[in-house]
Order: sequence, then structure tokens, then C-alpha cells
Amino acid sequence: MVEKLKNILSRFYIGVVILFLYAPILVLVMLSFNNSRSRVTWGGFTLDWYRKLFSNGQIMEALVTTLILAFASALFATVIGVLGALGIHAMRQKNYQVMMIFTNIPLLNADIVTGIALMLWFVHFIPLGFGSVLLAHMTFNIPYVILSVMPKIRQMNLSLYEAARDLGANAVYAFFKVMLPQLASGILSGFFMAFTMSMDDFVITYFTKGAGVNTLSTMIYGEIRKGIKPEMYSLSTIIFVFALLILLIGNYLPGKRQVNEQSDIDF
Amino acid sequence: MRKRIISVFLAGLLACYALAVTGCGQKDGGKGSLTVFSYGEYMDPDVLEQFTEETGIEIKYEEALTPEEMYAKYKSGAIEYDLLCSTDYMLQKFINEGELQEIDIDTLENGGNIGDRYWELATAFDPENQYTVPFFWGTLGILYDTSRVKEPVDSWDVLFNGEYAGEIIMQNSMRDTYMAALKYLGYSLNTNDENEIREAQELLVEQKPDVQAYLVDEARDEVVAGNAVMAVVYSGEAYLGRQYNENLEYVVPKEGSNVWLDAWGVTKYCEDMEAAQQFLDFLCREDMARKNFEYIYYSTPNEAVIEALSEEERADETLVPPEEATENCEVCLQAEPEINDLMNELWKELKAD
Amino acid sequence: MKKTKTISRRTFLASPYIVWVIGFTVIPLGLIFKYALTSREGGFSLENISAIFDPIHMKAMLFSLEIAIGCTLLCILLSYPLVMALKHLNMGKQSFVMFIWILPMWMNFILRILAWQMILSNNGILNFILTKLGLEALPLANTGTAVMIGVVYDYLPYMVLPIFNAVAEIDEDIIEAAKDLGANGFTVFRRIIFPLSIPGLLSGIVMVFVPSMTSFVISDILGGGKLQLIGNVIEQEFTKSSNWNLGSGLSVSLMIFVLLSMAFTMKNDGEGKGSAIW
Repeated sequence: MVEKLKNILSRFYIGVVILFLYAPILVLVMLSFNNSRSRVTWGGFTLDWYRKLFSNGQIMEALVTTLILAFASALFATVIGVLGALGIHAMRQKNYQVMMIFTNIPLLNADIVTGIALMLWFVHFIPLGFGSVLLAHMTFNIPYVILSVMPKIRQMNLSLYEAARDLGANAVYAFFKVMLPQLASGILSGFFMAFTMSMDDFVITYFTKGAGVNTLSTMIYGEIRKGIKPEMYSLSTIIFVFALLILLIGNYLPGKRQVNEQSDIDF
Repeated sequence: MRKRIISVFLAGLLACYALAVTGCGQKDGGKGSLTVFSYGEYMDPDVLEQFTEETGIEIKYEEALTPEEMYAKYKSGAIEYDLLCSTDYMLQKFINEGELQEIDIDTLENGGNIGDRYWELATAFDPENQYTVPFFWGTLGILYDTSRVKEPVDSWDVLFNGEYAGEIIMQNSMRDTYMAALKYLGYSLNTNDENEIREAQELLVEQKPDVQAYLVDEARDEVVAGNAVMAVVYSGEAYLGRQYNENLEYVVPKEGSNVWLDAWGVTKYCEDMEAAQQFLDFLCREDMARKNFEYIYYSTPNEAVIEALSEEERADETLVPPEEATENCEVCLQAEPEINDLMNELWKELKAD
Repeated sequence: MKKTKTISRRTFLASPYIVWVIGFTVIPLGLIFKYALTSREGGFSLENISAIFDPIHMKAMLFSLEIAIGCTLLCILLSYPLVMALKHLNMGKQSFVMFIWILPMWMNFILRILAWQMILSNNGILNFILTKLGLEALPLANTGTAVMIGVVYDYLPYMVLPIFNAVAEIDEDIIEAAKDLGANGFTVFRRIIFPLSIPGLLSGIVMVFVPSMTSFVISDILGGGKLQLIGNVIEQEFTKSSNWNLGSGLSVSLMIFVLLSMAFTMKNDGEGKGSAIW
């Protein structure tokens, strides 16, 4: 009986948090079907914005840039960040602390300060363009990776790795076979946080990008003044639905059955 | 082992750098390409496409949200822009700092489409009309909901008399907000008198409890949605607001206001003046100016476009502000540095209050 | 002997990151310091650093602190029950559960905050629902509460994820053992789950507290521009007043302040190695 009540309460609470996180998404999905250019008036249902979206070359180009940028910066940041976290964790207390302070600095500066500082610095050795934005995004992504992986490293059982080494595994093999699996969830969440941060950033991107390079964020930022174009809502909706589908398919893939059986609730 | 990894990493870094340098972001100076700097959503993308089609010149369009942001990015020298479109007082700064090249305006085939009235307006910051070509313009005024305001509004007084406490939206921009207070008090919006500014400050501090919000971009939407009764907005925004809510009315207060003008200039970095002139001329061409006008719906200085408007549109003061409406209006100019600092200080004080 | 050797050898893995930190954090930071330590006319000055003590800046700073601390606490309070509920329903180990918290962030940040504005405004969606239900409308628009809702909304996932990951890693057997020994649910949480989740919690605190100190978009949009955070002041100095020196100075002071305050609060973390942050 108590168990049942607990189940209901748990589900209710999870539901409330999900509602909180998804409420604005619902609003945006609604707006993508709104037959009015203004976001505050409802002009009836329409699919026009979806049609217009696909014929809008600029948005499509920005979408591709955004995705490549987010993927590349998150990937590089994850590699550097995971290695960095492993290394830092092995450092002596003092060096460890110094490194962690520097890790926090990109989080600490207001975006605009980071953006302008990077711009002023990049000017010395690299023309602003896609490359400079990539470097900038990696810079603010790495701390998120390190902060997601570090708790995992601290929980990790190092003796497993050493046992593997003692049993004759070389360092690389032991790293991939023993260490990485223990860190997987931390690395995954670090990667996706980095990916997300990169998709969302606009201030740093704005100052470090070259002329003609546009991401969705900088495009939206430029549109605030005149009102967001409804095509943006429909694009967001598509991205969202697409991600949700991948998520669900991934979850119900045959190989994952085992994990599924553990759960008594399905989304 | 360790050394090997470090050297591999350094090699990787170098490769990344080489890729970044050669791959993208190069400035193709000279023929074939122009890098232009303007505000977000301030150009119909079709216009740029058609320009490239007709002339073979590629356009790289870069956007800014505020004139100050534009100035910061321009001044860093990171990108060598060929042309830029900015606002009166910022253009004045660019001109004074020697950033703009003289344009041979007389050779612009379609330059005659820009009415004398606007060339005249531009002399406020470009006295000889040497450096800039007008693009869009408008006034600052009050957008209000006639269903909730009984008598017609004709004065800034309505913002300060407390009658609409909690229903007012002011601009979240220093110059615009001080401008409203200064004009209400009967002073010039370009005043360099400290006392006058302090007087305006007092008025604004007193007004703050009545203000629902200080917004820039969303001010129009808030009035359209009925979240607020009135807002200080630009004339172009008022036009758009009225498309969605026909109860809205826009007025330039009788005490006078700000008339603003955005214009194009050619920077000192531009090496291909001919292409730049071609671009400016293209923007003045009737069909292109109309395209931009219909994309942005701010007031255009292009008389050929205005003449072709319908009777009704021409009578709309938010689209075509008549001469009387701008009689008491002033163009905003670069303030003395000390005055500018004082205003910045006071503005922060007002916001923190 | 062998053990210490393996561990210390591992530090070389950080070398790419160290190069990165020097190239893209330390040097740009140096540029900011250079601006911070010069007056507008040029020449050395500490004015911009000490400007933080100006009453206006102090006020913005205190308000930021209020928002950041409140946001961090609320995120912690919301996260633990969530993670425990997920664990209770045996969903603690599935990576797809993790995505549920990340997915909303794939819609653009500005769009989501603008959507909140539509939800919270006077004639907004929330008040529409409330009045339909016969309840009183809430005047949330342009208040501190609205800003708080916005920051909690924006940063909650950064708190949930590390705690979720840390708790997922806890060995079920330990919990079972404790239960067999008669520990009730709360004791299990207090004596086992919470202590073991601390590394995740600390990461979460950094990822929530630190960025929420400098946010400005949320307070601008949801606070109606009437509430000024230190992030707004810094932003204004850069984009409106074109006073990069003061903007950098304030930014440096803010950085020092946050680093010091975190060093102070985290110092007493019992573990030998220091926490995930220090």
C-alpha cells in the first residue's frame, strides 16, 4: 500500500517537473501553427511556416552550420575534456586546485566578456570565420565536459584498471575496456551538455564569427528586434520532434530490451 | 610515450589551425565580393540575391543588434567591412573618426529617388552629404490602445502624470528614455547641460513605479496583446502593431521628439569603390527599395516608392510621417563624452533603483 | 609503489587541456585584466576594479547573489526528489531518461525565454488558465519571481544531470544491505545516497551558481528591464556605454568574488582530495 502510494507520488512529481520543462516547448509548437506573423495574436491553424521553412535557403544553411559546429565542438571538447579530467584527477592537490579554478573561468565570465576577449585574441592569428567560432565553442564546452566527468572519475574504481594492467593489458586497451565503461554516462552527459551549450550560444558566437557565417542562434538574435520569424518556430518543432523520435527509437531498439525490462514505466 | 602524445597533439593543433586559416573566413578583398554590415532583418534576402545575379558580386551580410555592438565589432578590425548601415549618431562617430570614404553621390543613377527632405535630414550628422546615403527613417512616439485610453493622446504628459500607472512600457535604451523626459521638459534631446539631464533623471525616477517594463523589442507585442496600455516605440514598429490590433494609435507628441535616420556608408577598408557604389545605387533603385520597404515596413526616403503607394498607405503617419509631425523633432547626435558618461551613470542608477 | 606510479603518470593526459587552457583561457583572461587595469584615458588604474563597491553596482551584485543562491537552492531541492523518484521507479540507469532533461534545451534559449514571457504575462497563458479555473490571476510578469522561475527553468537540467549520474552509480547492494539492517528510506538517503552523490552535487552547484551570477538575458526579458543584475551592468558597459574598461573591471571583481566565495564554502568538504571543484 505504502509502496503503491510512493509509486504514484513519484510519477506525479516526475510529471510535474516534465511539465515545467516542456511548457515553453508546447508554446513554441503552438506558435509554429499560428497563422499570424505576430506571436501574440492567434490567426488560426496553418502549415504555411513549414512550407516556407524548406524554401528558405538561409535558415537551412544556418541549420547545417549550427549542427556541424555543435557536433564538432562537442566531440573535440569531449576528447580533450575527458583526457584532461583524467589527468587533472591524478595531479597533486595543489595543481588539481589550480586547474579546476581555470576550468571554472569560462563559466564565470559573462558571455560578452568571453566573446570580446576571444575576438580580440583571435584577431592576432586567425581570420574570423567558422574556424574561430569552433575554437570559441570548444573553449566554453570543455568545462562542462570536465564537470560532468569529474564526479564519475572520483567514484571510479581505479584498482580495476590497475588489475587489468597487471594482467598484461596495455594502457590503451585497459583504458578503453575498463576505464571508459565506468565513465560512459558522465562522458555522454558531458557531450550532450556541450552540444546543447553550443547550439544555444549567441553572444560568443556573434563576436567570434566571420561575415556570412550564421548559426540559428545568431539568426534568432538578429530577429528579436523585428519579431521572430515563425519559420523559426516550425524549425524548432521539427528539431524537437526529430530528437524525440531518435530518443524513442533508441530506447526501443532490440539490443536495449534488457534495460527496458527494469523499468515499469514507459514514455 | 608522453612526448609522443604531446607531439601528436601539437601536430593536430597545427593542422586544425591550418584548416581554420585556409578553410574559411578569408576576406576576399577587391573584385567579386563585398562584406556589408547592417542590422538584423534590415534587408530583404531577395535583394542581395538579385544583386549578385545582376552584377556577379557576392555579398557577405553581417548583422548587428545595436549600433554600439556594430561599433565594437567594426573597431576590433577583425573583419574588414566594405559597407555599413548604421544610425545617425553612430554614423557621426564613424565619420569623425575617419572611418568612412567619400561617396560620389551624383554618379548614383538612382540617387535622385531619395527625396531632398532626407538629404537635408542627413546633414545633421553628414553636413555636406558626402559620406552617407539614407536608407530608412522614422520617428519615436507613443503607441497606445484606444480601447483603454479615453481621450486622444498628444503629449508626453500621459507617461508622467500617473494616470496609467503600471500600464506604461518605456524603451530599454538610455538615449530614447532620456529623450522622452527631456522633450517633455522642453529641452533639446542633444542637451549638454548637466542640470537639464539631472532634471530629466528626477522625472524618470519618479515615473519608475508607474512603468510596467523597460523593453526594446517586445514593447510592440505587449501593447498588441493588451498587456500594457501604451509604449514608447519607433514609428515603424507602430505600423506593424496596428496590423495586428486595429485599436492602436500612434502619436508623435506635440512637444517634439526624435527623428532618426539610418544610412549607408563606405568604409575606409573598401578597395572596390565602383562595386560599393553599384551596391548603393542598387538599393536606391525603385524596385529594390520597394522590396526592402515591403520587407521591413519602416518609412522609406525613396520618393519613387512613396509615390507608388496607395492613397490610404500614404496617409498613414506611421509609414509616411508628414512634415508637420517632424517639425519639432531633432536628430540624435553624439553627446559630449562627459555628458554621455553622466547619462550612463544616471541610467544605471535609474535601473537599479 | 606501483600504484602511485600509475596514478602520477596519468597526469600527462591533461597536457592537451593545459595547452588549451593557456591558449584560450589564460591569454584572453590576460586581455580582460589589461582592460580592467587601465583607465579609459589609458594608464594604470585600480578604479575599474574597485568600481564594484559603487552603491549601484553593489546593489546589482547583491540582487544577483540573491538570484544565484535562490536558484541553486531551488534546483537542489527540485533535483533530489526527482532523482529519488526516478530511482524508486527503477529508471535511474537508463540513458534515455537523461535525455528527457536535455531535450528541451535543444530549442533555442531565447525562444524558450520568450515563451515563458508569454506564459507569465498579465494576459498570458498561465493567467488565462487560472481565471478559467476560477482562481485569481497572478501578477508575475516583470517581477523578481518571474526572473527566478526563468533561471531555475534554464539551469535545472545542469543540476539534475550530475546528481542523476552520481546516484545511478551507487551499488544497489549497499542500499539493500542498509535496508536489511533496518534503515528506513530517509536514513538510506541521509547516510548513503546523499553522501555518495556529493561529487555530482558539487559539479551541479558550479554549473548552476556560476553562470546564473552573470546571466542577463533572462532578467531583461522576464524582469521587464526593471531589475538589474550585475550581468546586465557588465553587458551595458560593453554594448551600450562602450566602456570596456569598466565592464572588464566589474567582470574581474565578480570573478574574484565568486572564486573566493566558492573556495570558502567548499573548503570544509571532508574528502582528502578536495571536492570536484577544488
